[in-house]
Amino acid sequence: MKAGFSEHAIYWLMRAISYSIIGVIAYIVFDIVVNGLPAIRWSFLADFPRRSGAEGGIFPAIVGTLYLVIGAIIVALPLGMGSALYLTEYAQQGRFTRAVRLAIITLAGVPSVVYGLFGLGLFVIFFGFGASIIAGSLTLACMILPTIIVSSEEALRAVPQELREASLALGATRWQAIYTNVLPYAVPGMLTGSILGIGRAAGETAPILLTVAAFYLPNLPKSLFDQVMALPYHLYILATQHPEAEKVRSMQYGTALVLLVLVLGINLAAIMLRSRFRKKYRW
Amino acid sequence: MVEPINGENRHEVKVRVENLDFYYGPVQALFGITLDIPARQVTALIGPSGCGKSTFLRTLNRMNDIIAGARIEGKITIDGMDIYRDGSDVVSLRKMVGMVFQKSNPFPKSVFDNVAYGPRIHGIGDRARLEEIVERSLVRAGLWEEVRDRLDQSALALSGGQQQRLCIARALAVDPHILLMDEPASALDPRSTARIEDLIGELRREYTIVIVTHNMQQAARVSDYTGFFYEGRLVEFGPTQQIFTTPREKQTEDYITGRFG
Repeated sequence: MKAGFSEHAIYWLMRAISYSIIGVIAYIVFDIVVNGLPAIRWSFLADFPRRSGAEGGIFPAIVGTLYLVIGAIIVALPLGMGSALYLTEYAQQGRFTRAVRLAIITLAGVPSVVYGLFGLGLFVIFFGFGASIIAGSLTLACMILPTIIVSSEEALRAVPQELREASLALGATRWQAIYTNVLPYAVPGMLTGSILGIGRAAGETAPILLTVAAFYLPNLPKSLFDQVMALPYHLYILATQHPEAEKVRSMQYGTALVLLVLVLGINLAAIMLRSRFRKKYRW
Repeated sequence: MVEPINGENRHEVKVRVENLDFYYGPVQALFGITLDIPARQVTALIGPSGCGKSTFLRTLNRMNDIIAGARIEGKITIDGMDIYRDGSDVVSLRKMVGMVFQKSNPFPKSVFDNVAYGPRIHGIGDRARLEEIVERSLVRAGLWEEVRDRLDQSALALSGGQQQRLCIARALAVDPHILLMDEPASALDPRSTARIEDLIGELRREYTIVIVTHNMQQAARVSDYTGFFYEGRLVEFGPTQQIFTTPREKQTEDYITGRFG
């Protein structure tokens, strides 16, 4: 009887914990949607901000965030997938690969503000890019590299070893075997994990704060070496630095809602991609 | 030259193995293997699990190369060519030495694309030629009649026995001289096993076949020569009939009479 009771208690405790996690997320989303929705109008999405963001829209911030994310993808995706390919398919497993993996895991745990500082030191100052899209994108790329590498490695390892052996035994070179019988089945998984990392990059504030973001710009950027506005930074300024922070609440919530939808949209794309390919390939 | 079977002509040597030692890192798995594998004959390798017969088989097409820390000493020549010499071409070696694995491993592609895979990676792109190769290989593997109407269907939809014959067809499609088979029927039901054994019988005079099996009846049924491996050593090698009726070594006799293993 007693064992049955404690089993029961633990079951409900675990269940309560799980529900409370959902509860927290539901509350955050609910709060942002309820308070942010009234701010969402076409002009909010399509106009430049006026009166320091108290009026007008957030169009340049949306554009800026998209630029930064796309730039980070272009840099980080090939680098990350390439390293994962090297680590799983080519490198002799041993002390060196262990060291690399340890470094990657450590890199994944480095706080984002440290990446910001790194980007400031290396890209903004040392390379002389100044506060610019290129500096910000490269900084974000560094930040999401570990996620891309780790998830790509997992996807590659999930491809059965027999497929590699079968190709090699038919006289395929290593690259032919990878290209024809590993990558087609691994790429969806590699992309999925990578997109989740990119979603995180879209919402980061600290790295772009130090490397690219401006609070207000009258024009959209014209080159890679221009600064941009960005959603997280815009939100940060509106919420903490604005002289009328209390009065611009609906602008803050509106910005938060747009950012949230953007990130959730990216994640949703990842999930859909994964389920589509799961149906396609089974063994 | 290999010892003749019952007064038949002597067979030319296809693969010559001399003093082969093999190591997985610090662990030695094969000890001083020396044998001549006759051309266009079926050679069976028997022995208890972990005796090194599969490891030995995989040294013949250098599949052990992909294992980290694997190391080899000694010499293996095929048609007189040292396959481990510096600068030797693994790709053309594996083209010449086909392999069929224990677990059938068709690619998750169509039947056609499975068989055409080898020719394609070796540069054959002409559709008509590929079709001809695919048909010929499937006919040889005894699978053509069963799959001729569903060449574009997924190979994974075939039965286990059909998948294994597809893997044989896939190996034949690159025109190997030698066919290595690593317990090709151990995961199959008796009927499919019998079909694979019949197939080996049909292929035996065209290819040099080396088959690893833990099934001694199978070795006795399909092979011309048999080698008995025990604890990384080749205990005895000779014509199958002699190994099974009058083995020279006590260990061989104990194993084939079921006293251990």
